[in-house]
Amino acid sequence: MLKARISVPARARRGEVMAIKTLISHPMETGFRRNSLGQAIPRNILTRFECRYNGKSVFTATLHPAVAANPFIAFHVRAQDSGRLEFIWTDQDNKETSVIRELTVDPAA
Amino acid sequence: MIRTINRRNWLAGAGTLATLTVQPKLMAAMPEPVQSVIQRDFPGADIQPGKVNIELPALAENGNSVRIKVSVESPMTETDYVSFMQIIAPANPLPDVARFDLSHANGLAEVETRIRVSAEQDIVVIAGLSDGSLWSGSAHIVVTVAACLDALY
Repeated sequence: MLKARISVPARARRGEVMAIKTLISHPMETGFRRNSLGQAIPRNILTRFECRYNGKSVFTATLHPAVAANPFIAFHVRAQDSGRLEFIWTDQDNKETSVIRELTVDPAA
Repeated sequence: MIRTINRRNWLAGAGTLATLTVQPKLMAAMPEPVQSVIQRDFPGADIQPGKVNIELPALAENGNSVRIKVSVESPMTETDYVSFMQIIAPANPLPDVARFDLSHANGLAEVETRIRVSAEQDIVVIAGLSDGSLWSGSAHIVVTVAACLDALY
């Protein structure tokens, strides 16, 4: 399980566009680097990020080695209903790290 | 030598003509790695310049982590939204950087991330809209310390 930090509002009004910021600790080793002995350092990257809102996928990212270490991804989601936001990172070996946040949506003003 | 139009000649000529007409004007202006990504992911598609805004520093001291913010003008309604954005760095060892798949559920077509940049280049972003049209934008960046070259001690 990797260490992830997420910034997402706990409350929002229906229809409001929420800014979501995610950060996860991961080396994103490119596979292009060599160590001091000249041996290639094997690639080790996160390949996919997904945000699900009440079970429905609302944002996905496909990542390549050119994404910087400790991937930071900021995007937006429009608040619809109260429920849960799930954030899932998948690495090249299909190992998943997921974080869940509860969201309360108030009726539009 | 008189060149007669036989089947072999005609096919060779037709092939050249086909590749010329399929590739839009914009494609020719793009660096080769971008063209090969386009050929692989959007074969034969017509990509128009515009609609894509890229926020990228003109000069980055460290290519290992460069902030990039991509946004596309779109109302993001159920019938008119941005479906994806794809970042390409032609001078990197691997031109693919990241692809973001969006929908009307996002409300705003704006994504920010941090990328590795290995040399001075034009970062290209291709965006696809819900109507199937493809748009592109690019931003120039100069890096003083490139990514990928750092030695480990």
